[in-house]
Amino acid sequence: MNKSLNKNPVANHMLLIVFSLLMLYPVIWWVGASLKTTAEMSSPAIWPSTPMWENFSKGWQFSPEFTFGRFFLNTLTMEFWNVLGGVLTSAIVAYGFARLKFKLRGMWFSILLLTMMLPGQVTIVPQYILYNKLHLMDSYIPLVLPHFFGGGAFFIFLLVQFIRGIPRELDEAAKIDGASVYGIFFRIVLPLIKPALVTVAIFTFIWSWDDFFAQMLYLNSVSKFTVGLALRMYVDQFEIQWGRLLAMSLLSVVPSTILFFFAQKHFVEGIATTGLKG
Amino acid sequence: MKAEAVYKPAATKPRLMKKLRGANENNLAGYLFISPWLLGFLLLTAWPIIQSFYLSFTEYSLLEAPIWTGTDNYVNIFTNDNEFRTSLKVTFMFVLFSVPLKLFFSLMVAILLNKNVKGMNLYRTAIYFPSLIGGSIAVSALWRNMFNRNGYFNHVLEWFGIEGMGWITNPHTSLGTLILLNTWQFGSTMVIFLAGLKQIPNELYESASVDGASKVRKFFHITLPMLSPVMFFNLVLGIIGSFQMFTSAFIITQGGPINSTYMYALFLYDKAFKHYQMGYASALAWILLVIVALMTAINFLVSRYWVFYETDGGKSK
Repeated sequence: MNKSLNKNPVANHMLLIVFSLLMLYPVIWWVGASLKTTAEMSSPAIWPSTPMWENFSKGWQFSPEFTFGRFFLNTLTMEFWNVLGGVLTSAIVAYGFARLKFKLRGMWFSILLLTMMLPGQVTIVPQYILYNKLHLMDSYIPLVLPHFFGGGAFFIFLLVQFIRGIPRELDEAAKIDGASVYGIFFRIVLPLIKPALVTVAIFTFIWSWDDFFAQMLYLNSVSKFTVGLALRMYVDQFEIQWGRLLAMSLLSVVPSTILFFFAQKHFVEGIATTGLKG
Repeated sequence: MKAEAVYKPAATKPRLMKKLRGANENNLAGYLFISPWLLGFLLLTAWPIIQSFYLSFTEYSLLEAPIWTGTDNYVNIFTNDNEFRTSLKVTFMFVLFSVPLKLFFSLMVAILLNKNVKGMNLYRTAIYFPSLIGGSIAVSALWRNMFNRNGYFNHVLEWFGIEGMGWITNPHTSLGTLILLNTWQFGSTMVIFLAGLKQIPNELYESASVDGASKVRKFFHITLPMLSPVMFFNLVLGIIGSFQMFTSAFIITQGGPINSTYMYALFLYDKAFKHYQMGYASALAWILLVIVALMTAINFLVSRYWVFYETDGGKSK
């Protein structure tokens, strides 16, 4: 099929360009709108007549007390721990499932896969009660802690598939040289799964950034707000100041975007090559 | 065998041979490695599931101890809760339209992106980008603005001579805007399709070409059957995910107008964290679990008739 379609590269490019623009159109409009006045917001023009840069400066000043700098710092600090925990523990757990033999391994692995299908609503109420009882409300612990428990079933599954693709001969050779399972993990497997770990890191970052629900549930004080929570306050105002809201929204997707472009190849190819089969 | 259970790094020769045969278990190391997940599973999944089941038979406001009420919650939900019926209906509508739409759309895009064209990485990035940011609150805000009465979407319609309206404030179209947003974020589904497409051996297409098969024929007789396991994977996860849709409904429409977008997850959230009816919310969660489990089971049963696995030894014809 690939061959026959290549007969017409120009048509393919046209199709792809048109489609890319169609997909990106709301984003392009967004950039323009972030510089518009409220009155101009509904005009059909993409670009404002005079760019309102103060949408950014005024939007940045969330309240007399806090700027978005604070919220970005809060979110990035949380992200640091989330990514660290997710990458570290998912690699450890995946290695255990992929390479070590132990009693009930099959059962635990099936359970791991089943948890991917469990609706979060079933566990959220008791989890909330648990954190409430432990006096961990209004802290980052409920948001960070789950990432230190293997980083999520999906990532463990992804890495198990990846590790299974590494030739076992490498392990065996290291064993003959006297390496322990721990040595094999740190010296052989860990360096080899770096590309997959980058995928885990990026996904963890972006998904935690977007995980508005948990942030809303567990964080109350403005000083601890994440970027998403601050944006929500802008949405909730009686009269929404669209210029400021859209300007800050635009800024809020900058970190994920930079990360994505930086590791674009890993991102798409990473999943494509880890053998995600049905 | 018991002695083998404890791993000794300084292995002696005979033991080493045994290890090479891979016959021995290493329980301590195995459990040590999976312990982060196991601990998390027991603490944050298994125990909460049991607790949630218990709570679903109680009345619990967080302030006092749970009061056992038997099946009252369930009886109430099924017999005199209009919001339950509404939210269930809305959610089923959402799943019914958004899942097939997203599957179809992402498959088409995956096929488009599977071509050997120069600069494909650039196109992929551009097309994947909306999905990257799609789940965020920022995009919900953007969407809310674009589909306003004065929003951008109506201007686009004007070019075609169609009169616009407030898409979000009209109860007939509000759910549609959420479905559209959900479809716009097809990225991860598409990437999984793309991975599946790359795994179809080219020889199949080549030999079909030799036989003089048309493009359409190749699509229906090679691409679709070979892709069916991936399609199945996306379908199952798509349905499960759609039943839990929350953020965009919460930010864009807040369930309104007239409850036309009152998704099940939103309803559950209100009961649990607005009214603090933890018992009632737990019962709702269990009903959701049963629905999702049933849908998944049906999916697995039906899959026998349309999902094609190479190991079946069958041919795609």
